[in-house]
Amino acid sequence: MCGATQGGPSLEGVDVANQAVIQGIVLRDGEPVASAYVRLLDRTGEFTAEVPTSATGQFRFFAGPGEWTLRTLAPRAEAVDRAVVAAKGVVADVEIDIAKVAVDA
Amino acid sequence: MARSDVLVSAEWAEANLDTPGVVFVEVDEDTDAYDGGHLAGAVKLDWRADLQDPVKRDFVDAQQFSKLLSDRGIGNDDTVILYGGNNNWFAAYAYWYLTYYGHENLRLLDGGRKKWELDSRELTTEVPSREATTYTAKEPNDDVRAFRDEVVEAIGTKNLIDVRSPDEYAGRLLAPAHLPQEAAQIGGHIPTAGNVPWSKAANDDGTFKSDEELKELYAEAGLDDAKDTIAYCRIGERSSHTWFVLHEVLGHQNVKNYDGSWSEYGSLRGVPVALGDERGEA
Repeated sequence: MCGATQGGPSLEGVDVANQAVIQGIVLRDGEPVASAYVRLLDRTGEFTAEVPTSATGQFRFFAGPGEWTLRTLAPRAEAVDRAVVAAKGVVADVEIDIAKVAVDA
Repeated sequence: MARSDVLVSAEWAEANLDTPGVVFVEVDEDTDAYDGGHLAGAVKLDWRADLQDPVKRDFVDAQQFSKLLSDRGIGNDDTVILYGGNNNWFAAYAYWYLTYYGHENLRLLDGGRKKWELDSRELTTEVPSREATTYTAKEPNDDVRAFRDEVVEAIGTKNLIDVRSPDEYAGRLLAPAHLPQEAAQIGGHIPTAGNVPWSKAANDDGTFKSDEELKELYAEAGLDDAKDTIAYCRIGERSSHTWFVLHEVLGHQNVKNYDGSWSEYGSLRGVPVALGDERGEA
């Protein structure tokens, strides 16, 4: 783990005070995964949005306040679900390690 | 129409990348996605720069559209295979758009870019050079496109389907959650519209669900086959996905996409709006 280091993309130019940001990074064995997809599911499990990770494995959502689930899909890995709470004016930064449930190739 | 007439699998696509008369076209919300890697031989359409009028809020006209496809080396007789990210949202939008201008041989790549990537299939950054054609667009087909007055009149009389996420439908979010929360002036939905999020029609890997699952989905939502249907979302791309399911996969007649969608409706003065999770009254 990299302690307090925040894994999400730069917040420069983002109006954080008026958004409920959920962001982070997808890792496999400590390396960023650029070809992953992160889905945002609402409190009932319903799909709300999805983004591909950036070249540096990062992603960001502008959610509403409340409880959400991040579901991460990547080649040669099983889907990983992570619960996260969003609040206006707060950036929820999440590190997702897909290696922990990787399927043996 | 049947599923096999409008969808191709990743396996089929991989085997037909070089087939004459077949043109792969990538259309993404992220208009840079193509530049980072695409299917070998695929050309790119930019949904914003290529498909929207540069001045007014509308499509390019038939003449501009003809020039666009000519420049891309797409002929009237070519089979166009559309694919893209975000579960084919914008590829479905382009499919609907090409239908509007009368292109006949169209397919979507089932699962789009996401399934292709999750399958670890090959992508290239090499941009193909295709010889220009003399494409001729047909007259716009308004049978597939709804405008705002028709939508207001449809309240309480036609099937209205809001395909956005439940939080957008209820007015708790104004845009999809991967975009900053701005756009329409207010939140909510068109009264009487049912909420069938587009995502319910797709599997996690972006492929479309089976015909049986899709029929059950819209039956449960109370879609009345005997009535005309108008689908909408925020800017008309996710509702193209639903239009594709209803019109092209399930073969429903009289299905229109309201491309003005909530970004237009939620900014109109004087029209009725419903808030919250209930449909609201006509």
